[in-house]
Amino acid sequence: MSTPTETVEQLASRDYKYGFYTDIEHEMAPRGLSEEIVRLISAKKQEPEWLLEWRLHAYRTWLTMKEPTWGNVTYGPIDYQNIIYYAAPKKRPVLQSLDEVDPEIRRTFEKLGIPLDEQKLFSGVAVDAVFDSVSVATTFKEKLAELGIIFCSFSEAVRQHPELVRKYLGTVVPYSDNFFATLNSAVFSDGSFAYIPKGVRCPMELSTYFRINARETGQFERTLIVAEEGSYVSYLEGCTAPMRDENQLHAAVVELVALDNATIKYSTVQNWYPGDKDGKGGIYNFVTKRGKCAGVNSKITWTQVETGSAITWKYPGCILQGDNSIGEFYSVATTNNRQQADTGTKMIHLGKNTKSTIVSKGISAGHGQNTYRGLVRIAKGAVGAHNYSQCDSLLIGDKCGAHTFPYLEIRNSTARVEHEASTSKIGEDQIFYSRQRGLSTEDAVNMIVSGFCKDVFRQLPMEFAVEAQKLLSISLEGSVG
Amino acid sequence: MLTIRNLHARVAGREILRGIDLSIRFGEVHAIMGPNGSGKSTLARVLAGHPEYEVTAGEVTFEGEDLLAMDPETRARIGVFMAFQYPVEIPGVNNAYFLKAALNTVRKHRGEEELDAMEFMTLVRDRMKQLDMDEDFLNRPVNDGFSGGEKKRNEIFQMAVLEPKLAVLDETDSGLDIDALRVVASGVNAMRNADRSFLVVTHYQRLLNYIVPDVVHVLSDGRIVRSGDKALALELEDKGYGWLEQAVGSPVRELR
Ligand SMILES: Nc1ncnc2c1ncn2[C@@H]1O[C@H](COP(=O)(O)OP(=O)(O)OP(=O)(O)O)[C@@H](O)[C@H]1O
Ligand SMILES: [Mg+2]
Repeated sequence: MSTPTETVEQLASRDYKYGFYTDIEHEMAPRGLSEEIVRLISAKKQEPEWLLEWRLHAYRTWLTMKEPTWGNVTYGPIDYQNIIYYAAPKKRPVLQSLDEVDPEIRRTFEKLGIPLDEQKLFSGVAVDAVFDSVSVATTFKEKLAELGIIFCSFSEAVRQHPELVRKYLGTVVPYSDNFFATLNSAVFSDGSFAYIPKGVRCPMELSTYFRINARETGQFERTLIVAEEGSYVSYLEGCTAPMRDENQLHAAVVELVALDNATIKYSTVQNWYPGDKDGKGGIYNFVTKRGKCAGVNSKITWTQVETGSAITWKYPGCILQGDNSIGEFYSVATTNNRQQADTGTKMIHLGKNTKSTIVSKGISAGHGQNTYRGLVRIAKGAVGAHNYSQCDSLLIGDKCGAHTFPYLEIRNSTARVEHEASTSKIGEDQIFYSRQRGLSTEDAVNMIVSGFCKDVFRQLPMEFAVEAQKLLSISLEGSVG
Repeated sequence: MLTIRNLHARVAGREILRGIDLSIRFGEVHAIMGPNGSGKSTLARVLAGHPEYEVTAGEVTFEGEDLLAMDPETRARIGVFMAFQYPVEIPGVNNAYFLKAALNTVRKHRGEEELDAMEFMTLVRDRMKQLDMDEDFLNRPVNDGFSGGEKKRNEIFQMAVLEPKLAVLDETDSGLDIDALRVVASGVNAMRNADRSFLVVTHYQRLLNYIVPDVVHVLSDGRIVRSGDKALALELEDKGYGWLEQAVGSPVRELR
């Protein structure tokens, strides 16, 4: 008879079902990074001079920077000269309509459950599909355009709306921000752009689906969302990659700008390939995400469900500049087998009566290591600021670990800051109790885990909450004890 | 319905059950008494299939089937229920949700339709009324923050909803106040019928005034040292366990 611990481990070593590779011809840049490569990427995308200059500034800054080592993660050295910085599917004339998407790619996305066919999509979700370095399709564009909403690939935005891109690019995450963000600024390939005009409530979820396909490439996407005064948008990103023995680097940057009375909800369901059960392969997910609540009463909510990647290093944060603005961060991060996650948030309170809420749920199974790292900074002028943080860890088995590093910097005496933390374990006694009532070990674990995560799942759009729940149970399969 | 033959079991490297023989027929109530540490809970856990307890010899058949070959959830699904001496807390998991999931897996196994939320609530309300329980319990996490007595009552409530064929109640009376004891006992009595059997572990003869057993067994040092009718419980109440050990000529604390 297998013990609960063994069962948990079997659950943990279950297959990654998005690990297939699409055999299509790629157009690739030569391996390695140099000024020529930066120029090549910019030229491929027919970018204006100012953007090339911006990239080159970033590149030169990057050369002077050191890879950060403070994260609670360990990995071998990354050879930045051995990465391919640009890969695009070949045979790619400018698409006039969705029907022109390469059938191979269309099938890939279908297999991933993302049909690029407006009729078949979840009604009420517009999708931008990014395949390696380029966006291959964006659905519902016309419908959104009627409301003045711009939703397109980043490259297209640079061509069609250069004034908007120029106005906001780098205003939240400057090109000199940190090692990975700076690298991204030099070589970013594609990503999504969304602009919601004044007073418009975006009638559907906007979503981007990122797929890494090509071998030995990095994915460096860049997303920019601007919500004008009084507007509202809910955005979701999802990601997968084929199973590969070598590690692949994913260093994205996301910038959000919310003006007066605007609200942005940004949700992520991250399911990059995590590597095999011995820690071979998998994606290095080193991402910088930040939102600026620039206007009064603005609000930005980050919700993330992180189940994939070999290593996750990300801290979606909010700069609460406008008075009465609100920042929220809801996170579920799971690490199983040899996965490592160092994730959390930064809430920077600048404006008066600004409020932030942090709810972090870390689940560790197998040999997984899960770290919460969060900064709450309350500036001198942030009169009446309020933060509430809750960090809970759930351990499955006894070979995994959970760590919590909350940092507080409070420069205003009127601030109120509350912090709660807990660590619990799925005990064998809980599993046995559930089994004695007829439930399988897997059902019992799922029940306990979803109970643990419900405050976060509640924040996700309905369809995705269901997806996230499934993903979570898959990623923990085999992990009880 | 249940036949235990020469059952030996060990835990943490120590032999605890050292040859148990016990037969329970359909509709019978058997009580098990015995000193602390004699192996009563061990017997209950072995019947339920607790993975830490290793059966080293003997056999157990339930309705003719080899119970020991089944995993714990299968045993539960075919109708073996154990009320825990120490019910386990599962924070974050809603009591009603947990019980509905359990009931539906059991029903599925029996080839019955799963209950929807409405049907489930109707059933549950009825059982709660019977056990004089507050509906608040449904929306609280499983056993989390329950008082000792509330946990015990929750065990019986789960039993009443799951309707097992064999219910093993491990010291369900310990920790109940006098009124609660009556309510719980009447809940058990209401479930007694010709097809359902009970194995009731208790330290107190008082419970057996309410739930009248057909047979009383005394477990000592991993063996049944005496079986009798309900009068045996009274005798134990009077004399303690010492006289039995002398009667069978083996000290209770015999070395392993
Ligand atoms: N999981 C375990 N690990 C180690 N020892 C155990 C374990 N379970 C039971 N034992 C030991 O087995 C013996 C019998 O324990 P058991 O719980 O069956 O007794 P009991 O008859 O139910 O006692 P009580 O009346 O106090 O409930 C005790 O000595 C106990 O310490
Ligand atoms: Mg006991």
